[in-house]
Amino acid sequence: MRMRGITKEFAGKVVANKDVDLDIYRGEILALLGENGSGKTTLMNMLSGIYFPDSGSIEIDGEPVVISSPKIAYDHGIGMIHQHFKLVNVFTAAENIVLGLVDNRRFDLAAAAAKINEICDAYGFDVDPYQKVYDMSVSQKQTVEIVKLLFRGADILILDEPTAVLTPQETDKLFAVLRNMRDDGKAIIIITHKLHEVLDISDRVAILRKGEHVGDMVTSATTSQEMTNMMVGHQVTLNIDRPEPVNTFERIRVEGLTVVDHEGVVKLDDVSFSMNAGEILGIAGISGCGQKELLEAIAGLQPVQKGSIDYLHRDGRVESLIGKDPLEIAAIGVALSFVPEDRLGMGLVANMDLADNMMLRSFRNGHSVFTDRKAPAHLAEKVVEELEVNTPSIHTAVRRLSGGNVQKVLVGREIASAPRVLLSAYAVRGLDVNSSYLIYDLLNEQKRKGVAVVYVGEDLDVLLELCDRILVLCGGKVSGIVDGRTATKNEVGFMMTKLGGGEA
Amino acid sequence: MIHITKRKEMPLWQSLAVRLGAIVIALVVCGFITTITTGLNPIDVYATMIKGAFGTARKTWTLLQELAILLCISVALTPAFRMRFWNLGGEGQILIGCFASAACMILLGDKVPNAVLILIMFVTSVAAGAIWALIPAIFKARWNTNETLFTLMMNYVATQIVAYFVIVWEVPKGSGNIGIINQSTEAGWFPVIGGQKYLLNVVLVAIVTVLMYIYLNYSKQGYEISVVGESTNTARYVGIKVDRVILRTLLISGAICGFAGLLLVAGTNHTLTTTLAGGRGFTAVMVAWLAKFNPLVMIASSFLLVFMDSGAGEISMAFGLNHSFGAILTGIILFFIIGCEFFITYKVNFAKKEGETNA
Amino acid sequence: MLDLVSFIPRAVAQGIPLLFGSTGEIVTEKSGNLNLGIPGVMYVGGICGVIGSFLYERSVPDPSMINPALGVAIPVGCCLLGSLLMGLLYCFLTVTLRANQNVTGLAMTTFGVGFGNFFGGSLIKLTGATVPSIALSSTSRLFRTTLPFASSMGWFGKMFLSFGFLAYVAIVIAIVASYILNRTKIGLQLRAVGENPATADAAGINITRYKYVATCLGCMIAGLGGLYYVMDYANGVWSNDAFGDRGWLAIALVIFTIWRPNVSIPASILFGGLQDVPVRGHDRGARAHEPAQQAREPTAGKPRPAILPRGTLTERAPHTGARFFDSPRSAC
Repeated sequence: MRMRGITKEFAGKVVANKDVDLDIYRGEILALLGENGSGKTTLMNMLSGIYFPDSGSIEIDGEPVVISSPKIAYDHGIGMIHQHFKLVNVFTAAENIVLGLVDNRRFDLAAAAAKINEICDAYGFDVDPYQKVYDMSVSQKQTVEIVKLLFRGADILILDEPTAVLTPQETDKLFAVLRNMRDDGKAIIIITHKLHEVLDISDRVAILRKGEHVGDMVTSATTSQEMTNMMVGHQVTLNIDRPEPVNTFERIRVEGLTVVDHEGVVKLDDVSFSMNAGEILGIAGISGCGQKELLEAIAGLQPVQKGSIDYLHRDGRVESLIGKDPLEIAAIGVALSFVPEDRLGMGLVANMDLADNMMLRSFRNGHSVFTDRKAPAHLAEKVVEELEVNTPSIHTAVRRLSGGNVQKVLVGREIASAPRVLLSAYAVRGLDVNSSYLIYDLLNEQKRKGVAVVYVGEDLDVLLELCDRILVLCGGKVSGIVDGRTATKNEVGFMMTKLGGGEA
Repeated sequence: MIHITKRKEMPLWQSLAVRLGAIVIALVVCGFITTITTGLNPIDVYATMIKGAFGTARKTWTLLQELAILLCISVALTPAFRMRFWNLGGEGQILIGCFASAACMILLGDKVPNAVLILIMFVTSVAAGAIWALIPAIFKARWNTNETLFTLMMNYVATQIVAYFVIVWEVPKGSGNIGIINQSTEAGWFPVIGGQKYLLNVVLVAIVTVLMYIYLNYSKQGYEISVVGESTNTARYVGIKVDRVILRTLLISGAICGFAGLLLVAGTNHTLTTTLAGGRGFTAVMVAWLAKFNPLVMIASSFLLVFMDSGAGEISMAFGLNHSFGAILTGIILFFIIGCEFFITYKVNFAKKEGETNA
Repeated sequence: MLDLVSFIPRAVAQGIPLLFGSTGEIVTEKSGNLNLGIPGVMYVGGICGVIGSFLYERSVPDPSMINPALGVAIPVGCCLLGSLLMGLLYCFLTVTLRANQNVTGLAMTTFGVGFGNFFGGSLIKLTGATVPSIALSSTSRLFRTTLPFASSMGWFGKMFLSFGFLAYVAIVIAIVASYILNRTKIGLQLRAVGENPATADAAGINITRYKYVATCLGCMIAGLGGLYYVMDYANGVWSNDAFGDRGWLAIALVIFTIWRPNVSIPASILFGGLQDVPVRGHDRGARAHEPAQQAREPTAGKPRPAILPRGTLTERAPHTGARFFDSPRSAC
């Protein structure tokens, strides 16, 4: 399959793809690499019929085709798995898989289930056709998506950042399946910005920069340094600053913390650690192993079953945070900036402008029944200026900003509240390299100011370069606390998957 | 190929022009329909409508009074709507407010001084409306029930309660009507100020409207309402107690509906029937929506609907038409206004055919 | 005291319009449209049927010459056509023009109730009748035809076979709708459209078409409820506002049936029965002043205070029903 001279513009201003040529061959895995906003997803959306290119042509097996809808893409055997799964929660796996199938055969779920099992056996999937989607883990949902495409006979599969939501083990499983499919003669495109995955899985890598196709190489003949250079266009220091902590003292002490969610699942089990002022504490763990609950418990958003969370004042007073509501905790100086998967669901109001969003934390200040709109506006201006937020004005609704800018606004606001404890989760989620560094700098600056910073992250490399200490969680328990300067990736990786790490 | 994109933002004057255009087209269409169905000259019909609305001082005051009531209810529903709580229970909340006022007038009419009576009526009707709104709010906050359908059911309960008490309090026995309450003593009636029976109603509603505008746009609670309406997750994250905001907002919403009930009983009708709310609880939803939940703009949108209705009354008398003709015309105009919002939010591009390169 | 043999038929008769309405609303809601215009649609359905049969009855010189097939087909056809147009209107506004569903629905109710009452009123004027109602007794007789052997089957016949064909149609539609929604591909796709339109779109389902078809079908089903009410329940007598708030009750029923048309069958009959009970309670008072209420003036001399939709919760519907049309069925 080949794409030639593909160009797509949005709203007449933003050029998402410019004159892109791309070839994809059967029986190979192509990695599509690029910074955020480099047009990877847009390009693939045109292949799968969600967008229509403004110009350019697409050929499949030498035949020119016009892909004007997802359905036509299916007809050509092209299927795409999006970051946000397109599944109906109240349906079973089988119902989701047969949904939208065009054939005149009788509606027969049992036969469909049999065929699903067949596909699963062929490639090594594990799907229960009669399980409801809302009972599934993220990885299971992803599997359903892939099976859905195979069920329809897709032989060109596009996966948009499939590993972003997976644990390392799940990623390995996925990659094994992808290799099986490749060996079966299917063409697979995987969109990612994780270099090690590119090296791990792909046969060939195509790199996009600012909507243009800048390079194409055989994976085995390249290095991550070379790919990074092509991706960002100029040499980037991969080193993240890590100033030596000074004047550290214990700020928050957590002991025996146990959290059970409303479904009775133990999310945190007897967690104890302490956070120091003037230090960045990293929290590592595979997704869903209690990071979110831990931060929420400290911020007062999560009921605690057992254990204590104490805030230690400079003068030696000890104040328990348990039983306080989020407002009281925030008043002590604990700020939480949590970047959820959709970036907007928590912490920001999409339809409000920047200034009004700044107000979310501070609007209660003062005794007046009326809100003060001047201070938030000033703050918004300050954040826009200092964090280089790209926005037409501070009165632009947040939903009109791009993902990176939205995150800058969120983190900027939390920092602006001059916190004593800054809890940040996934602060660089989905950000490109430059924006990520800006965020790291911000966190370091807070650290220098003597703030106790918590950094929950997905990328182990970053955790190991940024944090002073790393708390590793595994299944809601503390697997260990390591020194960020001496720990190795292997060590932490082990601890994430096995309590205490090492051999058992 | 037709291609639809979301507009960035349309300048105010342009969006007003689109809406005005829609109304004009709607009036033309209504004119055609009038001619087809009734054979009357539409210009005459419209002229009669204007006469019906402003023909005499009395008619103008009636119009203002109707405007005030509808505006009051729309303003009442607005905080709930801003919170994305579809309160379709305005009808029941008003009616229960009417019921509370009338009950006070009937039971306490000759027992307490007038000023005290009106005060009691105020308190009970506001409380009754508030409770009526609070019940679905509690269910929403606790169990996340569907408020649209729940509030609809509450309307029905209110109607039945009133229907029952109309029979209990009917005067004379067997008539099935309560008739004018305290006709001789005028106990519990709003005082006539400035020589105008309805002036007090209008003034009170104007005050409520302005207060609501300020409350929603400048107060901290108003801000909380907007945040909860936009995203309950975010609200929780910044420490807003969502349940409490839902309850508080519905309390306000219901209280003002109850107050509207008081205006209807003490200020206007001095009686109690099951039809006293007259569908205004639903009309107000449209009024509030047309005004994009801005209380000041609601003055205009409620005027439009009240004008159509009073005009329809006049047509039905002048031409011997059925009063419901007005509802048809109102419906058509609403359809056009609802439809035109699309052209304000979206841009329709007729994509060029391939081959025809740049224009 | 509660006489089941006479109570059940009354409950069913009250329940059938609700069943039509709620089935229609469920089908609509499954496509993701909450159509609050259903009360208006039911009015339109009713009056269109009335107009159709009125014109037909007038076009034949003598009631005995009415062709039974035409006598049924014309009102049903008109009713379906009218409700279909309402459905198309709703879809055009909410699907094509993406307007707010609640507001569109309410505007449709305003329009529909006004439409019903206006044409009802006009027809009443045409007949020059002294009472504010139109009687289409010949057509009604066709609609109320029961199985010939029903009356010979004692209590069983009375409880289960004493209804006009539309009542059975309602039950069949509800069962068929249940089956289609839960057991067929079309139902699966429709539910996907309602639950998660983006997913359905990605699956190559034509969302717009599903929404249009489901909503229009839903409206047509609901419209039949209006027709049943006039032709069967009310013995072919149309009087303005008589239909009352049954449309709203039908919408409320949707919740109680947890969006299942088959559950709606017993639920509607239960609701119908409940509606019938209070009537007996204070009927004694209400009966005495019928004429006054027929004149429809809440307070003498005053202009009607109501502004807009009359069919909203303003009617004492149970009264109206039992008062005007205490059917011969319960008399015998």
